[in-house]
Amino acid sequence: MADPFQWQSPLAHLGLAARSNREGDPGDAGVHLSERPARTQVNLRGDSADDAFNEAVTMVLGVGLPARPNTTAAGEGVTVLWLGPDEWLVVAAPDVDRLAALETALAGHGAAVTEVSESRAVIGLTGANAREVLMKGCALDLHPRAFRAGRCAQTLLARAGVILHQTGNEPAYDIYVARSFADYLWTWLEDAAGEYGVRVTGADT
Amino acid sequence: MLLISCPWCGARDETEFSCGGEAHIARPADPNALSDAEWADYLFMRKNTRGPYLERWVHTAGCRRWFNVARDTVTNEITAVYKMGAKPPRARAKASRRKR
Ligand SMILES: [Zn+2]
Repeated sequence: MADPFQWQSPLAHLGLAARSNREGDPGDAGVHLSERPARTQVNLRGDSADDAFNEAVTMVLGVGLPARPNTTAAGEGVTVLWLGPDEWLVVAAPDVDRLAALETALAGHGAAVTEVSESRAVIGLTGANAREVLMKGCALDLHPRAFRAGRCAQTLLARAGVILHQTGNEPAYDIYVARSFADYLWTWLEDAAGEYGVRVTGADT
Repeated sequence: MLLISCPWCGARDETEFSCGGEAHIARPADPNALSDAEWADYLFMRKNTRGPYLERWVHTAGCRRWFNVARDTVTNEITAVYKMGAKPPRARAKASRRKR
């Protein structure tokens, strides 16, 4: 699975860690941006109507697959995002090694387990005005009555394909974007957030 | 812009979708047995009806699933959305025709 020692951030050239140290306390900035640390991402495909498949996945991950479209399921150190009726994205910290057991556990179930950790960067977006920033480039209804913590969606943000995952009601979002679009999307987000005051924060805040 | 209801994701903007043209065109069981004209007819010829039309769409920027849409090519009204493999909703298409 993902090797954190070989992982290279597609945003490394922006010197975000140095900026976060320099800018210090987020203060009253309306928008906080961060690059989320390297995480294991596994694309999982299989038949959700197959009980044996579901049981095998739950055994390994410690959490069942979300069956409802555009929802997530969180277990101990593992989050599963619904991507399609037979497709999920399993996300975990790089040191969670039980994902490697998925492939063996699912042998014979007609499932596909594909390691895609390096394919996407994850940008963290929080702050009082985080929702307004997304509204500038995303057609989804992000009002809390339609989209809240625990929901995810694949959609377009500033014309770039993203997976949007609302992680908290503050609100807080994780934005998964193809690494070749990461620089573009980061720049767009910083520009869109400018009027609210934007601070780069450390990866874990 | 159309607001299209993906059978899985719900209503999303047309920009998230791609249209795959006329639906329910069965691939010939034995392409080798066809003449060039028959094969070309399968590949290229479409009804392109004025009025109710059954199309395939894919939620490209979303869940990337194909599904069928019944759309009136005159009014752009979408009268039905149904999954791949499902039968076209004839009753609804007829009702929509009567209405106009
Ligand atoms: Zn969809």
